[in-house]
Amino acid sequence: MNKMEKPTMPRTTPRYSATFSNDVNSDIRRAAATGIYDIRGGGAKRKLPTFDDLLFLGASISRYPLEGYREKCETSITIGTRYAKNPIELDIPITIAGMSFGALSGPAKEALGRGASAAGTSTTTGDGGMTPEERGHSTKLVYQYLPSRYGMNPDDLRKADAIEIVVGQGAKPGGGGMLLGQKISDRVAEMRNLPKGIDQRSACRHPDWTGPDDLEIKILELREITGWRVPIYVKVAGARPYYDTTLAIKAGADAIVLDGMQGGTAATQDVFIEHVGQPTLAIVRPAVQALQDLGMHREVQLIISGGIRSGADVAKAMALGADAVAIGSAALIALGDNDPVHEAEYNKLGTTAGAYDDWHEGMDPAGITTQDPELMKRFDPKEGGRKLRNYLKVMTLEAQTIARACGKNHLHNLEPEDLVALTMEAAAMAQVPLAGTNWYPGKPGSSY
Amino acid sequence: MLKFDLQEMGLRKLNNALHDQKENTNQTIWEIINPKGSHAIAVGIDAPIEVNIKGSTGYYCGGMNKQAIINVKGSVGPGVAENMMSGKVVVEGDASQYAGATGHGGLLVIKGNASSRCGISMKGINIVVHGNIGHMSAFMAQSGNLVVCGDAGDALGDSLYEAKLFVRGSVKSLGADCEEKEMRPEHIELLKYLLSESECDAKPEEFSRYGSARTLYNFNIDNSDAY
Ligand SMILES: Cc1cc2nc3c(=O)[nH]c(=O)nc-3n(C[C@H](O)[C@H](O)[C@H](O)COP(=O)(O)O)c2cc1C
Repeated sequence: MNKMEKPTMPRTTPRYSATFSNDVNSDIRRAAATGIYDIRGGGAKRKLPTFDDLLFLGASISRYPLEGYREKCETSITIGTRYAKNPIELDIPITIAGMSFGALSGPAKEALGRGASAAGTSTTTGDGGMTPEERGHSTKLVYQYLPSRYGMNPDDLRKADAIEIVVGQGAKPGGGGMLLGQKISDRVAEMRNLPKGIDQRSACRHPDWTGPDDLEIKILELREITGWRVPIYVKVAGARPYYDTTLAIKAGADAIVLDGMQGGTAATQDVFIEHVGQPTLAIVRPAVQALQDLGMHREVQLIISGGIRSGADVAKAMALGADAVAIGSAALIALGDNDPVHEAEYNKLGTTAGAYDDWHEGMDPAGITTQDPELMKRFDPKEGGRKLRNYLKVMTLEAQTIARACGKNHLHNLEPEDLVALTMEAAAMAQVPLAGTNWYPGKPGSSY
Repeated sequence: MLKFDLQEMGLRKLNNALHDQKENTNQTIWEIINPKGSHAIAVGIDAPIEVNIKGSTGYYCGGMNKQAIINVKGSVGPGVAENMMSGKVVVEGDASQYAGATGHGGLLVIKGNASSRCGISMKGINIVVHGNIGHMSAFMAQSGNLVVCGDAGDALGDSLYEAKLFVRGSVKSLGADCEEKEMRPEHIELLKYLLSESECDAKPEEFSRYGSARTLYNFNIDNSDAY
């Protein structure tokens, strides 16, 4: 070292703030530049307690397993046993959640119908009404009755195998929908009875009823219109699951669809997706408790959604007392959404495969969440249907594998006693013991 | 004429019998007595029949109607003729909230007054109210015509799309993005037709027209106070 040079002073390495992370700073810069909140599709991206924080115990000396492949493990389920003349019979307890035509293309809806029908389960319409593609390819179709009532009509209502009154969605409890002008094709505009190219807001509240007493009368009206033939589900966001389940039962629902905060959406404010609602893991037990308190468990079916990805998730939801699950995002991924084969195009849109969530902009390289005829052509509904069928089959096999290991001859027979939790949070939310203990926070009879 | 005592026969039998009527039915005139404020009377009909209800009804009378003419000799509860597709519903008395909500077609006539949220989210229905209407009427109304011979309450036509609103009396206040518009000859013609169909002797020239200013059609931060 040259004697004339000053010794360099030790410096700290550059440190990022946990509070002002790069993500946060980019949000602030985006807001400052545009003056509008961030809108996106998908569900909560933050880390949350999930079904991954639960484990099954499997068999032991006191619990013997069933032989894989040889001893049956049933998966069928009937929804709507309470009042409907024609309850829905499904081969598997995994249904396709309501996703709007408008958000999804016609061929994507067709693929959902093909895949679900081949796997023996139902699909659900969404905001924007019922399309012939979907009715034609779904052996069991649930027709959503939403606040916007876009496309609602008695003929389609009578074509439905079940009706789902949507009170809320996990991604946005208390929020309406939005479909931005660029996705309003002639067909979408016509179905919704609105001018082409304008932003369409879907109301957040039903136009002709408010509160549980009105809901009871609304359910009566829908039953009268459809001759008490089909089941009526009520879909609510996982906000106050005990009370919402109680009120839906009181109002006369045949089934309750409960959607946790990880649940996907076609488009809403990011702040809504990330900060409103409860994680799916936390909403199952209170809902089941409400059903049990009213003597309605298994009589009124509980369908859980929000971040369901695998047969393990299905088995865990059912062990906690759900009758079935619904999938949205996972079904889209099975169809090809966010597939790295489109990486170059995701890059052009300023994103990367796995992170693409600008579904509302209608530029989906996979041709699924778009109304652009050129992009839509990329998606083959038959191939998509086949992939979805495969995926549903795999999930079912996985759930059966777990159930057999727990000695259960029907997925329904899975129970909380089959589970332990990896974290205190999960133990408290699922009300199953922390692994290695016989205790969970809030356990009756324990003092903390 | 078929006479139907609702208290004696029950709602399910009534609606079932009405649903059994098809395009070419010869049972074209029905009379329902003792409605006693029951809900969901004559909902989901799809036949060219006339249903005369002798008394007042509860929620959703005539809901999702197609083709039928339904006359209520009394007042109606919330959501009369909700989501009507075609046909005609005439109420001699008053209507509660959400009259004609989300209706896609047909004509709803209310000879008395209608409460708040009349014509909410309407999608093509025509509604004529002989009396006054309450607040937040025609909220997010998409298409169709709402004609009010009396006065309108607060926030008329809030977040309106393409529906046309005609008011003869005063408007307490207009909702976001709703403005008064010019009455052109075609509007006078339209009113003439709707008023005569509704047995109303008001003069088309006495009405003012309101519609969407269309400033909220595509989100713009400078309008954020209006949302
Ligand atoms: C593209 C897309 C569109 C959706 N559209 C609707 C809709 O129209 N109505 C509705 O009730 N829920 C809608 N949802 C929510 C789903 O029904 C469901 O609650 C959610 O996707 C479940 O969570 P998951 O995506 O993690 O499986 C939509 C979800 C997605 C991903």
